[in-house]
Amino acid sequence: MSTLPPDNKPLKAKDFATDQDVRWCPGCGDYSILKQVQTVMAELGLDKDKVAVISGIGCSSRFPYYMDTYGMHSIHGRAPAIATGLRIANPDLSIWMITGDGDGLSIGGNHLLHILRRNVNLNIMLFNNQIYGLTKGQYSPTSEVNKRTKSTPMGSLDNPVNPLAFALGAGATFVARSMDRDPKHLKAMLHRSNDYHGTSLLEIYQNCNIFNDGAFFAFTDRETKMANGIFLEQGQPLVFGLNSELGIRLDGYKPKVVDLEKDKVSKDDLWIHDEADLFKAQILTRFFDDPNNKSGEYFPRPFGVLYNEEKPAYEDLLHAQLDLAIEQKGKGDLDALLAGKSTWEIE
Amino acid sequence: MSNTTVELKEEITIKFAGDSGDGMQLTGTLFTNNTALLGNDLATFPDFPAEIRAPVGTVPGVSGFQLHFGSKQIFTPGDDFDVLVAMNSAALKTNLDRVKERGTLIINEDGFDKKNLRLAKYPNGENPLDGDNLDNYEVFKMNITKLTRTCLAESPLGTKEKDRCKNMFVLGFLLWRYSRNIDSVVNFLKTKFGNKPDILEANLKTLKAGYHYGDTTETFTTTYKVKEAPMEKGTYRNIMGNQAVCIGLVAASQKSGLPLFYGSYPITPASDILHTLASYKNFGVRTFQAEDEIAAACSAVGAAYGGNLAITGTSGPGLALKGEAIGLAMMLELPMVILNIQRGGPSTGLPTKTEQSDLLMAMYGRNGESPMPVVAANSPKDAFEAAFEACRIAIEHMVPVLFLSDGYIANGAEPWKFPKSADLPKINAKFSPPKETDDETPYLPYDRNENLVREWALPGTKGLAHRIGGLEKEHGTGNVSYDPANHEFMVKTRQAKVDKIAEFIPDQAIELGQNQGDLLILGWGSTHGVIQSVTNELLNEGYKVANAHIRYLNPFPKNLEALMSNYKKVLIPEINNGQLSKIIREKFLLEVVQYNKIQGVPISSAELKHFAKEILD
Repeated sequence: MSTLPPDNKPLKAKDFATDQDVRWCPGCGDYSILKQVQTVMAELGLDKDKVAVISGIGCSSRFPYYMDTYGMHSIHGRAPAIATGLRIANPDLSIWMITGDGDGLSIGGNHLLHILRRNVNLNIMLFNNQIYGLTKGQYSPTSEVNKRTKSTPMGSLDNPVNPLAFALGAGATFVARSMDRDPKHLKAMLHRSNDYHGTSLLEIYQNCNIFNDGAFFAFTDRETKMANGIFLEQGQPLVFGLNSELGIRLDGYKPKVVDLEKDKVSKDDLWIHDEADLFKAQILTRFFDDPNNKSGEYFPRPFGVLYNEEKPAYEDLLHAQLDLAIEQKGKGDLDALLAGKSTWEIE
Repeated sequence: MSNTTVELKEEITIKFAGDSGDGMQLTGTLFTNNTALLGNDLATFPDFPAEIRAPVGTVPGVSGFQLHFGSKQIFTPGDDFDVLVAMNSAALKTNLDRVKERGTLIINEDGFDKKNLRLAKYPNGENPLDGDNLDNYEVFKMNITKLTRTCLAESPLGTKEKDRCKNMFVLGFLLWRYSRNIDSVVNFLKTKFGNKPDILEANLKTLKAGYHYGDTTETFTTTYKVKEAPMEKGTYRNIMGNQAVCIGLVAASQKSGLPLFYGSYPITPASDILHTLASYKNFGVRTFQAEDEIAAACSAVGAAYGGNLAITGTSGPGLALKGEAIGLAMMLELPMVILNIQRGGPSTGLPTKTEQSDLLMAMYGRNGESPMPVVAANSPKDAFEAAFEACRIAIEHMVPVLFLSDGYIANGAEPWKFPKSADLPKINAKFSPPKETDDETPYLPYDRNENLVREWALPGTKGLAHRIGGLEKEHGTGNVSYDPANHEFMVKTRQAKVDKIAEFIPDQAIELGQNQGDLLILGWGSTHGVIQSVTNELLNEGYKVANAHIRYLNPFPKNLEALMSNYKKVLIPEINNGQLSKIIREKFLLEVVQYNKIQGVPISSAELKHFAKEILD
C-alpha cells in the first residue's frame, strides 16, 4: 500500500515540498497545481516514500523536482512508457505522471494513446496551456487555428487536437478536466483520479502568463466561467449559465442548449450526467466550442469527470498471467531450461 | 546394405533446399539432431525467404537449411556444399553455384515439371536436368513426390497431406546414405503426432520408404560415415543464438535475484527473443510488447528504476530510435541491457541478412559524451555467456550495456555443453538500504563507491526519496546543476566509471596459435568461426599465426594493446566496412590490415585464408 500506516504522524502539504527553488515564471498556473497536488497527497495520507512522480520534458515536467517523493524527469514525450515499465516492476507505488500539451499530445502522442488503451494504473496530469513555454512561445498541438507565434508569424494552419476526445478514442477509462484557477475543483478531481484503479487522465487548463496569458480566461474568470463552462456532477442535470438558467437536453443523441425559463424545461428533463455512459461521454468531449467566438449554438466546456469505467489494470493482468503460468507449468527450473528438451552425452 | 561400400569422410556440408512448404527446416533439424547424437561436431544455419508467403515454386520462396558436420572440430556452418538436396527447380537455381565441383545433387525430379520450371524462371523449355549442365556433379534424380504418393496409396490422407510427407522420404534416404539408423526420428514423430495416428503412420511409412530406397534400388553404391569428433566429455544440447541469449538473461535474473523485464518491439532478427521470453512466464519474466522502439527502451528504463533486470532488444534501425532513451539510462546510471541483433544496414537495409553493422553506433551512437560498455557474442552458444556478462556488468556497475549479436548468430545453431546453474557466478545487485526518517543527513543518490558506481535506490524504500533525470546532475546530491566545472567533472566521472570496468573483465586470450608471431587475426562477433577455422588451417600449414576474439569491446581488456604488439601484423576481418579497425587504429595508433565483406553473408574460410596467405607470403 502507498499510504502511511495509521499510527504514523500524518504528513502535511509542505512535507511533500523539496528544498529546490521552484523555477517556473512568477504567476505561472503551475504553482497552483503543485500546491493542490501536495495538499491532496497529504489529505490522502500518502507515504512520500511510496510515491513516484514521472514526467517528460517541458515546463510542467519540472514538477518532480519540487515533490519530495521519488521522481524522474525523463525525456520528451516518453513518460508514459517509462511509467509503464516502473508500474510493471512495482505494482504498489502511487505513480503520478506529469505531461503537457506538447509533451503528451505532440512528441509523445503515440505513447499517450497506448498507455490509455492499456489502462496502466497511474494518474496522468496533462497540463494544457495551449503553447510551448520552455522553448519560448511556439504554438502547440492544442493551440487554436491561426495562432500567431514566433514560428507561425502569419498564423498557425493546423487544427487543434481535442485532448479528451482523443483520450476516449484511444480507449481511456477515466477522463476528467479541471483548471489551475479553481483549487477546490482541482483538488476534487485529483482525489477522483487517485481513487481510480487504472489510467486516470486529468486535463488541467493551465495559464501560461508569459506566452499565452488568458487562454482559458473565459472558463476561469469568476465573471464568465459559469456562462462558458459546465461543471459535471454524477446524477445531476447539466445546468450552466451565469444564473444557472441554461441546461443541456438530449434530443436522441443530439444535444440542445435550452433556457429553463423561456423554453419551460424542468431540470428533470435535462441530460442527467452519467459518468459510466460512453456514448454520452463522447458527446461531452465534443463540447469544444471557442467561448470567445460564439457564432451560433454554443455548448459549454465540460469540467469534472466525463467518463469513468471500471476495467482491470494492465499490470494486474500481466502479473496474473505470471501466476497462472507458474500454476500451470510449475515454477521455472533454470537447470531444466539450460538442458532444453533434448540432450546427448559425449563419453 | 549388401552391395554398398562405406566411405569415411572427415566433414560434410549439406544444404537442404526446397519450397517454404516442403518442410526443409524440419528435415534439417531432425538430421542435425541425429548427427549430434552420433557425437559429430556441427554447426547449422537456416536460410529463410525474406517474404512471409512468397509464391509457391518461385526463387523468393526457397527455404534452406545448411548443416556442416564432421569428425573434427567444426567452426562454421560451412562454405560450399558437398551435398545439395533440391526439392524443386527454384531450389536448384538458387543454390547450384555454391555446390562444390564433383558435389552431390539429390534432386526431386517431380519439382522440375513445366510448371515448376516456369515458376523458377528457367528460360522457355530449358530443363537444367537435361543436357550436360550438371556433368560436374554426382546427380541422383528421384521422383520423390510420386514415390511418396505411391507408398501412401492406402493411407486415408488426402493428396495434399500425403505430399507433405515427402520431406520424410528425403530424410530417410539421407539417414541411410550416412549410415545412420532412424530411431531418433521415429521417436520424434511419435511424440509430435502421437494423437494423429494417420499422419504418424504416413510419416513413418515414408521415412522407412526413403531409408530402404537407397538399399533396394542399387543406384547408390556408396554410403558415407563420419566418425565421432574429439569433443570434450559431457552433456550437450543444440542451441540457437537467440535462444542462448534468452537463457542467459533468465540465468542472470536468477543469479542476481532480480525479476527479468523485457520491453521490445517486433523487428527482424530480434523478434524471436521476445517470443521466447514471453514463453518463460513461469520464470517470472515480464515481457512487454511496446508500441514502438522508443517506448520499448523507455519501458526498460522505468523497469530498471523499479528494480528489475531490465532489457530491451532490437536490431539496427531500432537501435537508432532507442538512442535518446539509452542516453537517459546512461545519465541516470541505471542498469539495463540493450540487445542489438544486427542486420544489414543502413536504414532498413537487409533485414534478413547478417552484418556487423552497428559497432560504431553501439560505441558512439548517442548525443553528448555517453560512454557505454559494449559486449559481443561470437557464436550461438557464446551468446549465453555474453548475455550473462552484459547483465553482470550492468548490475554491478550501474550502467546500461550494449549487447551485440547478429542474424548469423541469432539463427545459427551448434552443440553446447551447457553449464549447471550451480556453477554460474552470483551477480551482486546492491540496493541502498532504508534510512530512518529521523536521520537528518540527506540521501545522496550520486554518491559513488571506489569503482565510481552509485547505489541503486528503489522507489518505495524508506527515507530515500530523491529525484533523478536527464538534466546534468550535481556530484553527490544528483540535484540539477548547470555549474561548468561540475559538468566537466561528471562527464569525466561517467567515462572513468566505464573505463574502470576493464578491471572486472578477463584479460584478452589468444585462442589458437602462439603468443607471438607473424600475424594475429583479430575479430569480434560472428566472424569467430571462420577466423578459427582459417587460423587452424594456417597453423597446420606451418604459418606463425594466432587468433584472438574480443568479447569486451568497451572497455577493451587491459592487455589488448600489449597482446597485439607481439605480432608483425594484425588482420581484422569484419562483415562491415572496417568498424573495429577504425576503433583499434584510433585507440592504439596501430596500423591494422582490414578484410571486409559487406554482402549480407558470412565471410567464407576460403576467401579469408586466401587473403591471409597473401599477407603472410
